[in-house]
Amino acid sequence: MKKLQKFLDIAAILLIVAGLYMAFMFAPMERVMGAVQKIFYFHVASAWIAFFAFFVTFVFSILFLVKQNFLFDDIAESSAEIGIMFCTIVLITGPIWARPIWGVWWTWDPRLTTTTILWFIYAGYIMLRKFIEEADKRAKFAAAIGIIGFIDVPIVFFSIRWWRTIHPNVVQKGGGGLHPDMLKAMLFAILAFSVLYAAMMLKRVRIASLARRIDALGENNG
Amino acid sequence: MSETLVEFKKVNKKYGHIHALRDVSVSLNKGEFVSVFGPNGAGKSTFLKLLCTMTPPTSGQILYENTPLNKLQDSFRSRFGVISHLPFLYSELTALENLRFYARMYDVQNIDERIKVLLEKVELYKRRNDKVRGYSRGMLQRLSITRALLHDPEIVVLDEPYTGLDTHASDILTRILMELFGEQKTIVMVTHNMKQGYDAASRLAIIKGGQLVFNEEKAKISVQEFDERYIEAVSR
Amino acid sequence: MKYLNTISAIVRKDVLHELKSREIVVSMLLFSVLTVVVFSFIFEPGSQFKNEVVGGILWMSFVFAGILGLNKSMMSEVTGGNFSALLLAPVDRSAIFFGKAVSNFIFIAMVEIFTIPLFMVLYNVNIFAYGAMPVVIFFLGTYGFAILGTLFSIISVNTRTREVMLPLLLLPIIVPIILSSVQALNIYILGHDPADASKWLQLLAAFDAIFTVVVFAVFDFIVED
Repeated sequence: MKKLQKFLDIAAILLIVAGLYMAFMFAPMERVMGAVQKIFYFHVASAWIAFFAFFVTFVFSILFLVKQNFLFDDIAESSAEIGIMFCTIVLITGPIWARPIWGVWWTWDPRLTTTTILWFIYAGYIMLRKFIEEADKRAKFAAAIGIIGFIDVPIVFFSIRWWRTIHPNVVQKGGGGLHPDMLKAMLFAILAFSVLYAAMMLKRVRIASLARRIDALGENNG
Repeated sequence: MSETLVEFKKVNKKYGHIHALRDVSVSLNKGEFVSVFGPNGAGKSTFLKLLCTMTPPTSGQILYENTPLNKLQDSFRSRFGVISHLPFLYSELTALENLRFYARMYDVQNIDERIKVLLEKVELYKRRNDKVRGYSRGMLQRLSITRALLHDPEIVVLDEPYTGLDTHASDILTRILMELFGEQKTIVMVTHNMKQGYDAASRLAIIKGGQLVFNEEKAKISVQEFDERYIEAVSR
Repeated sequence: MKYLNTISAIVRKDVLHELKSREIVVSMLLFSVLTVVVFSFIFEPGSQFKNEVVGGILWMSFVFAGILGLNKSMMSEVTGGNFSALLLAPVDRSAIFFGKAVSNFIFIAMVEIFTIPLFMVLYNVNIFAYGAMPVVIFFLGTYGFAILGTLFSIISVNTRTREVMLPLLLLPIIVPIILSSVQALNIYILGHDPADASKWLQLLAAFDAIFTVVVFAVFDFIVED
């Protein structure tokens, strides 16, 4: 376990450095947007990891309810925390990118809005955990939120998309063809962040299970 | 001999890393009155919760008349009557309305007749149309006994029933418990009160640190001996 | 049959409790009417775009008042340990949940029945100008709100901060309900093509169906303690 941890730590650092190189040196400069477009690689990678992390919380919330194994609860909690960190990065990098390109910091675009709602759902999840003393209840209630919250995401997305198509969309997202080297840089950023996620998960789950053991020591002797 | 009603086989209950019950094996026979003693946080309440199917064990098995817990129907819970230190009553409703509601939940027949008999037993019939909110602690507990016995349960489970009771209510409780014992009901009571617990019981048990450290028929042990065992168990 | 009996026993008990204490509906109703009145200060009376926002105001008044009531309704179960007693009863535990959800639905619906006419008078709009379809919106929206609100109120009353947790958990999750109910209602207020509303109604119905099933599946796991 220690070895794996060390390997992941080093791999994450190297990959992120390489990812920076890919984004800033390897990928060509976008003709219209210029340098600010570079944020795109990390923006997309963070979004991907955030969604993946919440998916992990969802899966381990179900597993916890079925198996009652508290390791699953630790994993669900850790993943939600790391997920919300990446979700925050998405919500910060988005406006930084949007401001020079679209002329506004914020737009109620379906993806952006859904990500914001997602952030609030998991902020609630983390707060809830802080406000329940009994480990058992905390895990069960949090699992309920972890499951319901994730199932809610596509419904939120569709409702917001329909809402935005009824009203004319002020800003259309510039999509379409991505230069192959840009695509490579983006995929590389996703890889780097995935490894970073794994490294952080390993540490965070370890902290969670140590905290649980300390709680147990206090309880059994007190 | 007497038939086994409930059997715990190496039952463990963990809350996270907290080990509330460790390898508890015990069987409960029909018609017994078991008093369970032990220090705070020893696992007594957890034991009761497991017993009345409120929570499943982490490992081990609990058999009810040789049927494992997970094979039981919801209707099996009607065989338990639970009296806790919480009243389990709605303060804005009258005694009668509270009892009628719980009677419906338990599918009791001849509801009004049954309620009348029980309320007279606990001397609350005259107050039946009063809101529970105005009841004293003793009256609440008497009503809560009525509530627990509405459906004529076979197994009566009591968690610290004497806490905060005046002598009158406590006398009524003792009288009702003795009556139930006489009717061959099975009674399990967790208590701090050594005297009341010892006097009423037919079997004595001590739980300490999640383990069942003592479990013996009362006939086999004198008050003094049991006192010593209890102090020994608790101080260790 | 037994299942419905349990639900009706709980609903009758809750309604009786409410008739005697008047704790939930009255405070909710005052709060929702107050919200409707206070929100009128955000625009000039009689201004043109008024009709585009009043639907949202109406729904937000229900949501805020509903959150208030859901907390109160669940508190009456927790004080005195009644909720444990319900779980000990020989009935299907999900029936207990749906009993509470139906009670909460009735309480919120009562508030709506009194708030809507007042709202129509105060803002000079007629929601029902194009027929009774908005009733379906209120029904579906309130049902989804009651189902998730009941589950989350069980969770929030078990936390240290009781009242705070419920809106924080519930509001982001019910975004689809708020959005579709408001959008569907706006179609009727503004006199747009009613066919547009069907899409929102379908979304509401899908939301209700999905979360009825999810809550049904999850409830048993989370209540045993």
